[in-house]
Amino acid sequence: MEISLLMSIKDFLTNVADIYRFIRRFLKEALFPPYEGREILRQCFSMGNKSWFLITFTAFIAGIVFTKQSTPSLQSFGAESWLPSLVSQAVIRSLGPLITGLICAGKLGSNIGAELGSMQVSEQIDAMEVSGTRPFSYLVVSRVVATTLMVPVLVVYTDVVGLLGSFFMVNMINNSSFLLFFTEVAESITYLDIFSSLIKSAFFGFAIGIIGCYAGYHSDKGTTGVGKAANIAVVASMISIFILDLVSLQVINLFR
Amino acid sequence: MMTKTSVETGSAMKTAEKVVEIRNLKKSFGEVKVLRDLHLDLYDRENLVILGRSGSGKSVLIKCMVGLLKADSGEINVLGYDVPSLNHKELDELRQQVGFSFQGSALYDSMTVRENLEFPLKRNRGIYDRHELDTLVIDALKDVGLETAVNKKPAELSGGMKKRVGIARTLILKPKIMLYDEPTAGLDPVTSGEINDLIMEVRDKYSTASIIITHDISCARHTSDRIIALFGGYNKMEGTFEDLKKSNDAELKEFFIY
Repeated sequence: MEISLLMSIKDFLTNVADIYRFIRRFLKEALFPPYEGREILRQCFSMGNKSWFLITFTAFIAGIVFTKQSTPSLQSFGAESWLPSLVSQAVIRSLGPLITGLICAGKLGSNIGAELGSMQVSEQIDAMEVSGTRPFSYLVVSRVVATTLMVPVLVVYTDVVGLLGSFFMVNMINNSSFLLFFTEVAESITYLDIFSSLIKSAFFGFAIGIIGCYAGYHSDKGTTGVGKAANIAVVASMISIFILDLVSLQVINLFR
Repeated sequence: MMTKTSVETGSAMKTAEKVVEIRNLKKSFGEVKVLRDLHLDLYDRENLVILGRSGSGKSVLIKCMVGLLKADSGEINVLGYDVPSLNHKELDELRQQVGFSFQGSALYDSMTVRENLEFPLKRNRGIYDRHELDTLVIDALKDVGLETAVNKKPAELSGGMKKRVGIARTLILKPKIMLYDEPTAGLDPVTSGEINDLIMEVRDKYSTASIIITHDISCARHTSDRIIALFGGYNKMEGTFEDLKKSNDAELKEFFIY
């Protein structure tokens, strides 16, 4: 019993040390030339292209549902006019980054884990390694940089679509005008809300990319290894997103 | 530094330069000792076959040679590079001079055949000119008889075609040494024969020295100038195909029976 516990702790610490080395190698190869400009752009386009439909669908419906559920509470003490303010703060500060982060963890994290995992299993990464083509830089740096850049962009898109969904609902309830709704939205949000949301999303993107790449790059041999890599990529990314959200909440509150 | 010695390479006896020198190579995975005390020399333009049973450490040997695996101890000298002491940059320099044909071909399945071949040219040589890329890709594919497959994806190719494309992808960087990991594994006898012929053509056209890892006796007979029988992690016997065939060693005899 004690031995198995010690082994588990040893495995855990070994994994932590591996991830630390992986991140250190990423930083080293990302900061120094040669840079992977073309591949980063290709990955950014591919990631945006893969995610936009699901994000549009989810964000629009989340906007509608949140507005519909908040309306009765506000109506009960005559504060319906606060609806745009409430919705905008909820969407921009929390819902937008969280929805986008979770969708990207599922969609992009699993994709990265499975893709690199199958490349590892079929020796494609070894083939790149032995031809001197720097696979870490090509496969890992480009993907992690792309998720770090693209998640904030997708968060802005989610915010806009979520607020449009909210406006759709508000308009259905009390026939409010587009201009009035978005004027109230603009008045209620601050630069701190926007920048903190973007910075938080960049950390979400980094976590999704680095965890997906780590899981894929260190995938076990065999087809089960690929499935396991994709699974680890999604689960660990989601957990890290919630933890980062909690930490960022504490940090941002220091500036309010 | 590499020495010159007299060995038989191809059909003619001549003085050839030693391009690979391995001494006292040891490699274990946990408690399992895979390579115990291996010695190996490879000479310029020589085809050296490493013959052994599955799990005898043949693939581990060539992976140690290109730094894919780190040896526990021993000397590995490839083209004048002391492999265990190389940093990343030096290792990449060496790897660009050594072609590695994988057992499963290891083609990049998200890319077409053309893109597979262009990849090392763009990454290593910085060639992006469309005309130059096309010329180099088609020339390499012609050498393996597959110029018509240029726009196909790996999933559309047969096992033999994949092996050929894998070899073309390594040849495009004009390597000095070719490492073939089980080149005929999983292929029918006719296709295996074609791959054996291709290995000989590559040696003649590109003037490469080659190490061919195999447990296929037909491949060993067809492609070898010299054979090392690797059993139990060390070189049990070394010589020409005929030398090994005449051996009275029980393990070797089993090989020649089957």
